Amino acid sequence: MSLITVLILFPLAASIMVYLVRRENIRNTIVRVGAVITAGLTLVTAIAYFNDGFQLSAQGTEFIDICMMVVEVCLAVYIIVTGIKEKKYLLSLFSVAQIILILWFEFTQKEGIEVETGIILDKLSSVMILIIGVIGSLICIYAVGYMKSYHVHHTEVKERKSFFFAVLFLFLAAMFGLVLSNNLMWIYFCWEITTFCSYLLIGYTKAEEARNNSLLALTINVGGGLAFACAIVMIGMNFRTLELSNFIAMQPEALVLVPVLLLCLAALTKSAQLPFSAWLLGAMVAPTPSSALLHSATMVKAGVYLIIRLAPLLGETVVGRIITLVGAVTFLACSLIAISQRDAKKVLAYSTIANLGLIVICASVGTQESIWAAILLVIFHAVSKSLLFLSVGSIENQIGSRNVEKMDILMNVSRKLAVCMIIGISGMFLAPFGMLISKWVAMKSFIDSRNMIIVVILSYGSAATLFYWGKWIGKLVSNGQPKVDEPHGGLYKDEKVPIFIHAVIVLLSCLAYPIISKYAIVPYLESTFGISASTPIGTGDQILMVLMVVMICLLILVPLGYIPLNIRPKRRITPIYMAGENAGDNENFIAATGIKRKSEMSNWYMEGIFGNKNLMLLSNIISIVLLCIGVLLLIGRWA
Amino acid sequence: MLLAIKVILIIILTPLAGGLLAGFDRIISARLQGRKGPPLLQPFYDVLKLLQKETIEVNASHRFYVYVSLLFIVFTAIVMLLGGDILLTIFVLTLGSIFFVFGGYASQSPYSVIGAERELLQMMAYEPMVFMTAAGLYYVTNTFFIKDIISRDIPAIVYLPAIFLGFVYILTFKLRKSPFDLSVGHHAHQELVQGISTEYSGRALAAIEVTHWYESIIAMAFVYIFFAANSVISHVVALIVCLVVYLFEIIVDNSTVRVKWQMALTSAWVVSGVLGILNLAVLFFFEF
Repeated sequence: MSLITVLILFPLAASIMVYLVRRENIRNTIVRVGAVITAGLTLVTAIAYFNDGFQLSAQGTEFIDICMMVVEVCLAVYIIVTGIKEKKYLLSLFSVAQIILILWFEFTQKEGIEVETGIILDKLSSVMILIIGVIGSLICIYAVGYMKSYHVHHTEVKERKSFFFAVLFLFLAAMFGLVLSNNLMWIYFCWEITTFCSYLLIGYTKAEEARNNSLLALTINVGGGLAFACAIVMIGMNFRTLELSNFIAMQPEALVLVPVLLLCLAALTKSAQLPFSAWLLGAMVAPTPSSALLHSATMVKAGVYLIIRLAPLLGETVVGRIITLVGAVTFLACSLIAISQRDAKKVLAYSTIANLGLIVICASVGTQESIWAAILLVIFHAVSKSLLFLSVGSIENQIGSRNVEKMDILMNVSRKLAVCMIIGISGMFLAPFGMLISKWVAMKSFIDSRNMIIVVILSYGSAATLFYWGKWIGKLVSNGQPKVDEPHGGLYKDEKVPIFIHAVIVLLSCLAYPIISKYAIVPYLESTFGISASTPIGTGDQILMVLMVVMICLLILVPLGYIPLNIRPKRRITPIYMAGENAGDNENFIAATGIKRKSEMSNWYMEGIFGNKNLMLLSNIISIVLLCIGVLLLIGRWA
Repeated sequence: MLLAIKVILIIILTPLAGGLLAGFDRIISARLQGRKGPPLLQPFYDVLKLLQKETIEVNASHRFYVYVSLLFIVFTAIVMLLGGDILLTIFVLTLGSIFFVFGGYASQSPYSVIGAERELLQMMAYEPMVFMTAAGLYYVTNTFFIKDIISRDIPAIVYLPAIFLGFVYILTFKLRKSPFDLSVGHHAHQELVQGISTEYSGRALAAIEVTHWYESIIAMAFVYIFFAANSVISHVVALIVCLVVYLFEIIVDNSTVRVKWQMALTSAWVVSGVLGILNLAVLFFFEF
């Protein structure tokens, strides 16, 4: 049994074990050990096959195929029945169409199509499994601590932790399968599993809202799955192949572009791009570890992974252009809407969609520089966003709210958590952190490929990004005093450790990106495009950036008091200026009739301008129109 | 070694030039208002006096943000004046500006928090145009390195007149001039007091002043880049244009009233959008 098989099967086994063990302590240990082993396996696999890659020409895959088929049929039956029971007929319809299509293809058309290499591990898949393995495992460990607090705070939710952890591990297994498979049928199978897992995770609380949102997620993603199935059938029937690598090597002609568009549609649903982004916003009702898993390392990354794979067929083609524009609309609209959000998880959700939009743009522009940026964005976004979700989850348990406005006291409640949060946010938009490096290269590649409209959109989107992250950090540094009588929950070690490791990874990743670039991304680009590639950022600039990282690390720690720097201890502390009406402390003032009033300070949300209703509707319409134009153009080319 | 000398010279000379510019600004403003105005070196006297004052602060952490901000602005000036990467310059400049904003938040004072919020809004307002400026320069010259941009045969302004106009528009934000001096005011503002700088005094306030000198020179350097080419005359022209633009900003400062934030944001975004897209579209169309 090869390492790859172990890598995919181990989380599966862990999942089953966790599900069967009902004793809390033993189960927690299994989760921790399982997560650590998964991360270890990922590292070992990536290192073992990193240089030469790995291809598995499996013989006798009929057994696997049959197993998958059985599972798929069971899933379809479950989904169809659920759809009818919950009166979501569209869901049932999608699922029926999908399973009939796949079964028909399997039994009548698939004869004679040989899949030579079922599994390919190249540089891109190595990067992906590292993200999934490391970040995913950390999230699993975090979940152990988080769920303890969660059920203390949410007594109305029935405890189903075994189920929850089991689904987390199942998710990891499916993601490993997805990024390692070269056989389209296998990718499709894993694709469906992730869809189903996300449905289970979102619906964890079984509350009305959770059930509706989980069904919405299922409907949209099964719709995407239908597009995927259509693409498989078309590829299989027209080209007699089911290998992704063979398909990508083809020339971008009309007959190829139709399945490419279908695959991209599936990817857009998975990556929650407009007009399919509603499910991701709804997914926020789930417990935070599952949001972290869905939004950072796994689910949404599956979609962009597929688009990055398809990049050689996009670029200048009709499909490429349309997908780029859809990504651009998504990026701009969601960056703007994020300004108007107060709920921390909502801000994170909109920022996720926006950043995925950016990745979609980069991948579909399809030049080697832009794909360089896309892959780095995938890495940095996964790390920073996961850190942010985990921190927000713990903050919610600590201060009892996930409203950004309430986070001004965090510095005095849990300083470490606040620092991690600031590191995570900085990672999303400030120099010299990863996301900004990627944006830098993205900008360059857009101008080089003459996508001027995208350049303009990137400028505006980045400005909006700056605003909503900036005001959030502003709240975190504002030193509010917590009310003394308010009880604050504790922070379990299971939460603390993953958060700190994440923070360290965020800091390290901005030092390590030249290495990642040199040894993983550049070789991948060279093998995909067949030309020599290089890191788009010059060495001089890299040195400057490293200098900045060091500066920032030192400088952030100084004001927070970690490094005492009292050159002149003689300072006089005075109350703040309140127009001379101070009431003795820094929070209250003497108001008109001589009463003491608290000065309330709020961030700006500018709902009049950036409120989500109109903006969302408008951008949904634009993106739907864009997709329709794409379809029409393609039909025009074909006819 | 040579690099070290250059860096030291930049660190010393930039604030001197910025301070002189500020003194010049105050004299011209005074004349526009029918006053005689202070001596040219008044800004330096002010800063020297601030340095000698007792340090009074509202909490232990908030002064650090100002120094961090100063540090990054100095870093920006070094990268920029050594002819480095223009995008890197912009990113570090943003970093410096945003630390100043955090300083406003950290004081917890209502006036500085309002100032911080407004400063953030202003950053959002001018940032797109700054990006588009970099994009336009790269489009025309095929390099992000300032030393290469200013050593071409034809200055960039020939290709980027609209983007230059847009940049002058947002320059008013960067120089903290009316009508866009929403966050920090040199003039008395009732509802804002001194904005972000309300709670700073003594050395920290001096640091803010010096930061602003650096920032003025950095802003002027952007103007310079548009006009400089490989001939000596173009560099002279660029210098003159910088002074003219600064004079223009002073006149605007003295002849307009502060606008509401809605106006500041929308006007900046519309002007940037129209001029930026127009310019880039024309370039793209004629395939320069």
